[in-house]
Amino acid sequence: MKRFVWVILAVSLLALGWAGRVAAQTPAPSDDEVNAVARELFCPVCENTPLDVCPTQACAQWRELIRTKLAQGWTSDQIKEYFAAQYGARVLAEPPRQGLSWLVYIVPPVLILIGGYILFRAYQSMRKPIAIEADIEENTPPSADDSYLRKVEEELKKRN
Amino acid sequence: MSEELIPETSAAPRRGVPAWAQVIVWVALLSLLALVAFGLKRSQQKPIQVGDTLPDFTLSFFDGYQAMGKSDLQLSALRGKVVVINFWASWCKPCEQEAAAMQAVWSTYEPGGQVVFVGVDYVDTEPEARGYLKKFGITYPNGPDLGTRISQMFRITGVPETYFVDKDGKLAFAQIGPFTTEAEIHAIIDPLIKK
Repeated sequence: MKRFVWVILAVSLLALGWAGRVAAQTPAPSDDEVNAVARELFCPVCENTPLDVCPTQACAQWRELIRTKLAQGWTSDQIKEYFAAQYGARVLAEPPRQGLSWLVYIVPPVLILIGGYILFRAYQSMRKPIAIEADIEENTPPSADDSYLRKVEEELKKRN
Repeated sequence: MSEELIPETSAAPRRGVPAWAQVIVWVALLSLLALVAFGLKRSQQKPIQVGDTLPDFTLSFFDGYQAMGKSDLQLSALRGKVVVINFWASWCKPCEQEAAAMQAVWSTYEPGGQVVFVGVDYVDTEPEARGYLKKFGITYPNGPDLGTRISQMFRITGVPETYFVDKDGKLAFAQIGPFTTEAEIHAIIDPLIKK
């Protein structure tokens, strides 16, 4: 009986160990998952080529590295940080929000705002003279010519 | 009469952009232009020329590699020695052409202690880099160019490139592309040792 208990215990422990190992194995990341991260990185060697479409051996190595890191449970951000540390910030598709890179995020919106303001001012200055002219016409008291015309019209009415 | 009124209204004082805003816009514009000019100047810088004193850098080696009992190397600490800096990568086929020759030449100078060979691994993945070093039996210290700082400093145009530094820390020769024979490498180093 004692021996039977020991056998049961040993089998249970082995089964638990096997189950644990199976649970620890994460499925290998698919090409789509790898490319989703690679798309946000650029090849450090061939300029302006996203890593997901780069055909060189170096890029194939980097995609495999992404696959390895994903399999180890790394997040997309962690992988991007690793690449930036290894190969420089130039491999990032989106410049890091630090140092002079901030200019990339600040300058275009500021220029758009300034451009919008200039357009607004130009539009205002184009509209003003028309509005003023209209205003002048409405508020101008009848001139001497107008009274003359009025008299002519009255005479014409009397004759008709 | 109405014709007389219009010029009066159009001559009314126009509200312009405040002076402080104009100053800010001009300062911002000039700063941006200065930044662009700085970037352009930097991008058009030429590679290090023969006779130039090399900028100092520190290279941390791959595990298992050492130079003078240390796991990293500072170029300025090697004054008085001839230094050979080889840029390579595991994905670089031309690098493979010269790898064996570089190691063979290193093994002839290593006992003398007058020459230091350093391998700088350019934008590479560590497992493949280690595989490359093992494949060619490279024993001189090698390390990754983290953040491509060293290669940017040298403004390398590709790999392989090899830089020979004289005992005064000045660039004596730059080889762009692979060496084909050991004799080529000896022919550069020997005069530098005698100097």
